[in-house]
Amino acid sequence: MQVTIRLFARLRDIAGAADLVRDVPEGATVETAWQALATEFPAMAPHRAALSAAVNAEYARFTRGLVERDEVVFLPPVSGG
Amino acid sequence: MPPTLLSITRDELDLAALVRLVTEHSDEPPGRHGAVVTFLGTVRGENLGRRVLELEYQAYEPLAVRAFEIIAAEVADTWPAARLALQHRIGTLRPGEGSVAIAAASPHRAEAFKACRYAIERVKQIAPIWKREIFEGGDAWIEGATADPSDSVARRAARERACR
Repeated sequence: MQVTIRLFARLRDIAGAADLVRDVPEGATVETAWQALATEFPAMAPHRAALSAAVNAEYARFTRGLVERDEVVFLPPVSGG
Repeated sequence: MPPTLLSITRDELDLAALVRLVTEHSDEPPGRHGAVVTFLGTVRGENLGRRVLELEYQAYEPLAVRAFEIIAAEVADTWPAARLALQHRIGTLRPGEGSVAIAAASPHRAEAFKACRYAIERVKQIAPIWKREIFEGGDAWIEGATADPSDSVARRAARERACR
């Protein structure tokens, strides 16, 4: 199934893109999508510990299951203000 | 376009417009609030000993608005009479320009001060907004907190900062 991955800040710079559409297997979680991303872009891997995530514009745990067309966003440590 | 209570904008911030939003409300009689406390975060021209040329802000807009709604709900839980307006600017900002504007109205000043301080602390903890600092000689993403609205330790810390 296809999901859209949106990237911001440092992760966007590493990928060189703001949005990616990727295939993930049925039963995939946010973590599965992250692992695929970190495999594609190894420079992202060290950032995992400080990330949080969102699915369809709601905060989500990495254990959250995904369905077709979900929008998954990985949030680097925030710095608004 | 006039600002809405909780929003992201690319335009210059207007505190007076936020004050009107929290004080002129069709559901409430005029004069319900006896105090409005405002906060304007501005771009500092010096950071970590380097001269800042610009800050480039990005936001995941729908979740940022959701984060502001969470913050407004937390304020309503803690200070039920308070009314909050919160707007963050994104794009490229120069030193001195406003990046975040908050207005908190309440019948009495103590709650308005606390609600305003609490709101900016929570913005910094959970709002999915990022800034890249462009300074003399380079640039760097500034990274603060891991955004997790359910982190009760962070929420308590924000409340303590607001109430001390």
